[in-house]
Amino acid sequence: MIRDITLGQYYQTDSIIHRLDPRVKIVSTVLFIISLFLVENFIGYIIAAVFLVSVIKISKVPFKFMVRGMKAVVFLMLITVVFNLFLEPGEPLVSIWKLTITKQGLRKAIFMAIRLTFLIVGSSVMTLTTTPNHLTDGIEKLLKPLRFIKVPVHEIAMMMSIALRFIPILLEETDKIMKAQLARGADFENGNILKKAKSLVPILVPLFISAFRRANDLAMAMEARCYRGGNHRTKMKPLKYKKRDLLSYLVVFGYFALIIVIKIYVKVDIWQ
Amino acid sequence: MSLIINHVSHIYSENTAMAVPALKDINLQIKDGEFIGLIGHTGSGKSTLIQHLNGLLKPTSGEIYYNGKDINDEEYDRKGLRGKVGLVFQYPEHQLFETDVFKDVCFGPKNLGLSKKETELRAYEALKQVGIEDEYFYQSPFDLSGGQKRRVAIAGVLAMKPEVLILDEPTAGLDPKGRDEILDLIAKLHRENGITVILVSHSMEDVAKYAKRLIVMNRGEVMFDNAPMEVFKHYSELEKVGLAAPQVIYIMNRLLEKGLNVNTQVSTLEEAKTEILKALR
Repeated sequence: MIRDITLGQYYQTDSIIHRLDPRVKIVSTVLFIISLFLVENFIGYIIAAVFLVSVIKISKVPFKFMVRGMKAVVFLMLITVVFNLFLEPGEPLVSIWKLTITKQGLRKAIFMAIRLTFLIVGSSVMTLTTTPNHLTDGIEKLLKPLRFIKVPVHEIAMMMSIALRFIPILLEETDKIMKAQLARGADFENGNILKKAKSLVPILVPLFISAFRRANDLAMAMEARCYRGGNHRTKMKPLKYKKRDLLSYLVVFGYFALIIVIKIYVKVDIWQ
Repeated sequence: MSLIINHVSHIYSENTAMAVPALKDINLQIKDGEFIGLIGHTGSGKSTLIQHLNGLLKPTSGEIYYNGKDINDEEYDRKGLRGKVGLVFQYPEHQLFETDVFKDVCFGPKNLGLSKKETELRAYEALKQVGIEDEYFYQSPFDLSGGQKRRVAIAGVLAMKPEVLILDEPTAGLDPKGRDEILDLIAKLHRENGITVILVSHSMEDVAKYAKRLIVMNRGEVMFDNAPMEVFKHYSELEKVGLAAPQVIYIMNRLLEKGLNVNTQVSTLEEAKTEILKALR
C-alpha cells in the first residue's frame, strides 16, 4: 500500500527519452508547463495534447503509470474545478438552488482541469524517464551560473539527491516498523482522530531515530572518502550534449513557438 | 494444537510488471512445543513465510490454520493471534520508542487490552526472563548497549505470552557473547515454558545446536524438512543454494575419507570432539 507512490519514481526501460540529457528534459518540462498557461483556446490544448501523447508514446512508459501520479491530486483538482464552475460571473447556463453555472465558469473549469492534468502528466514524464541522480546532475549544471551570486549550487544539488535517495529507504523502513508494531498488537485503523494520531508515535519515534542514524552514517562515510563539496570536483560521467539532445531542443522550441504564434494570431475559438 | 500451512503461495505486487513470486505452494505443519530452525539464503522467502504466520501478510492463495481456525477469515481475531504467535523481527531494537524500558515492554500486553496490573506484571516477568536487571527498568531504551536493547525488544514480544515464538535472525549484528546469550535465552524459554520456537537464521551452526527440526527454503519452496542430522547429509546440495552445513560436518567427513573411522552424525564442536576421541581410542 505504502509503495504505490509514483511521483518521483523512475520507470526502467530503454527509449530515446530515457537517454536524453537531463537538462533537455528539465528545460522542456518547464517550457511545456509555461505553454500550458499561455494557451487560451482549444486549438492550443489540442496541440499540447498531441505533443504530450507523442512524447509518452516515444518514452515507452505505460500510460497507466502516468495516471497513477494523478490519484494524489484528484481532490485538489475537484476543488479547483468546483470553485471555478460556480464562482465565475457571466452568462448563466444552469441554476441549481443558489448556485449558478455560467458559460464562462464552465469554460474555465474545463480548462483548469485540462491544465492540471497536463501539468502533472507532463512532469511525471520527466521523473519517470530520468533517474533521480541524473535529474540532480541536470539541475546542478543548469543552475551553475548562479554560483557567481554566491548560491551554493552544488550543495543544493547534493541535498536534493540525498533526499531523493532516502525516500524509498524511509518508505521501506516505515513498512518494517509498522509491521513490527502490528506484531506487538498495535492498531492503526480503529479509534477517533486523537487515538489514531497517538497510535503513530510508535512508528514516528523509531523512524526519526533511524533517519538520524542513517544521516550520521552517510556523513561519516562521505567524510571517510574525503568529500569536500563542489569546488574542483570532477564527475565520472560529465553531462555532454549529443546530436539527439540538440534535435530535441529544436522540437521543443518549435512547439513553444507554435503555441506563442497561436496565442498572438488565432483569436477564433470554437467555444464562442 | 498447531499451525498448519496449507498450499500457501505469495506473490508480491501481483498483477503488475514487477510481480515477484515469493512463496510457491508451501505445505507445513508445526506442532506444539517444537523447536524449528528455518534456514534459507537471502530472498528464499523465509521472512515472507513467517509474516504469514501471524497474519501480517495474506497468502495470495492457500490457507493458514492456527488451532484449527483459518487466520484469514473475516471474523478471526487477528490482534489476539498476534499475542499468541509472537514475531520478533530482524533488528528488533529498531522498534523501541518509549521513554523508558518498562513502558516499552508494556506496549504489547497493553494492546491486548489487559488490565494495568496484569500488563505490568507481564512486563516485569518478561524483563526478568531476558535477564534485564531492575536498575535498567526506568532508563531510556536508547541508552542501553546493543545486546541489551535487543533483549528488551524480545521482552516486548514475550510480555504478550506467546504460545509460538518466531525470531527472524535474532543474532544478526551481535558479538559472539551477545549471540550465545540470546540463543541460550531462546533455548531456556523453549525448555522451561514449553513455547514453540521458530528460529530463522542463515547460520547453520546456531540452528544445529538448538533445533530439533530443520526447514530449508530455496526460491520460495521448501527444499528440506527433516532432523538437522538428516539435512546435513545433503551438504553438497546445500552448498549449491548458497548454504553450508556446520563446519564440523565437513571435518568429520574429511576424516572419514582419510580413513579415520568416525561417526559423522554430529552437529556441535563438543560432539565432534567426543566422536574423534572415541575413534582414536
